[in-house]
Amino acid sequence: MTTTNYLYNYCLRLGDNALILGHRLSELCSKAPFIEEDLALTNISLDMIGRAQAMLKYAAEVEGKGNNEDHLAYRRAEINYYNHLIVEQPNGDFAHTIVRQLFVSAFELYMYSELEKSKDATLAAIASKTVKEVRYHLEHASDWVIRLGDGTPESHHRTQKAINELWMYTGELFEMDEVEMALLHEGIAVDLVPVKAQWHNHLKNVLSEATMMMPEDGYMQTGSRKGIHTENLGHILSEMQYLQRAYPDATW
Amino acid sequence: MVPTFKEIEAWIADIPDPEIPVITIKDLGILRGVDYANGNYQITITPTYTACPAMKLIEDQIMENLSAKGIGNVKVNLTYTPAWTTDWISEDAREKLRKYGIAPPQHSSCIKTMGGRMPDPHCPRCNAANTSLISRFGSTACKAFYQCNNCKETFEQFKCH
Repeated sequence: MTTTNYLYNYCLRLGDNALILGHRLSELCSKAPFIEEDLALTNISLDMIGRAQAMLKYAAEVEGKGNNEDHLAYRRAEINYYNHLIVEQPNGDFAHTIVRQLFVSAFELYMYSELEKSKDATLAAIASKTVKEVRYHLEHASDWVIRLGDGTPESHHRTQKAINELWMYTGELFEMDEVEMALLHEGIAVDLVPVKAQWHNHLKNVLSEATMMMPEDGYMQTGSRKGIHTENLGHILSEMQYLQRAYPDATW
Repeated sequence: MVPTFKEIEAWIADIPDPEIPVITIKDLGILRGVDYANGNYQITITPTYTACPAMKLIEDQIMENLSAKGIGNVKVNLTYTPAWTTDWISEDAREKLRKYGIAPPQHSSCIKTMGGRMPDPHCPRCNAANTSLISRFGSTACKAFYQCNNCKETFEQFKCH
């Protein structure tokens, strides 16, 4: 593969993560536990969809086949999606939604802080905007996990359950394959080894304040770097892509 | 007569922000520059938040204002760099926000990466310092929601960014 192919794939990974979690969070619009949280989750969703748009637009430019960000979002099948498995997991109860957000936002803050230094000017520019936004998401998610963990026995129990169940999807966040290694060598991609240490440290602090147990690393789910997903992604895409599949090229 | 960049800027600087119409795109620091290249006037704008839904409206308004002055060869470019910050909001505009009932943002240097919390804003109505956060997220991406513990009024804060 050439650097262009690697870069295209890398942009899809970053863009797909934002698009799929943005879509997941948008499912909670008008259904969150209370109005302030409804606004919070959909605002986070909006930030992510904005980032997805910027990333996929750049991916399409790098690909150079005349596609745009909408083509990439609405016309790819799940095998050609490269989002991490954690972002496609169902919202579940509020503890699952907010623990997933904690895991992802912490990863994003430390990863995008590094990507700001990328030699690729477009990725660095998108990263500099993203860092400001995810810092706020992470603050929100961290506060909630502390409040739930340190709350009632029921909220404590459910939050611990969510942490334990989602843990097996966190190993994949730090995988580095051929694409990342080649781009890291070029000064474009982020080295995820130090990011993992920062992520781990942040979680350790939040979970300890929340009186939660941090799980031991066990079996970790993997596959998304190759386009292999859990069954959830197909369901998301069937809803998200329905209109463009049924009425190709429909516009407002 | 070919208009100067200064004139062009003056014709679009007063476009109000669609979501907070008491301040303009120039006040907010969204309008980044006017240039001329490849036979077109190039107007550069930057979004406050990556997904700011007002960008398309602002772009249309720029085209409309310039078209009214007989200028049709215009291209509006979107830039992400340097990343927009609330520090670019002018002093005048901060005062306009306060009068409108929105607490203006503090300087971004008070953002701590983690752990630290930003100081609560003063109430834009009674100026009391004793205010509490109700919701980190408000009616638009750029605002949070507070209540004044002195006059009891709720108010929006322009988030420090």
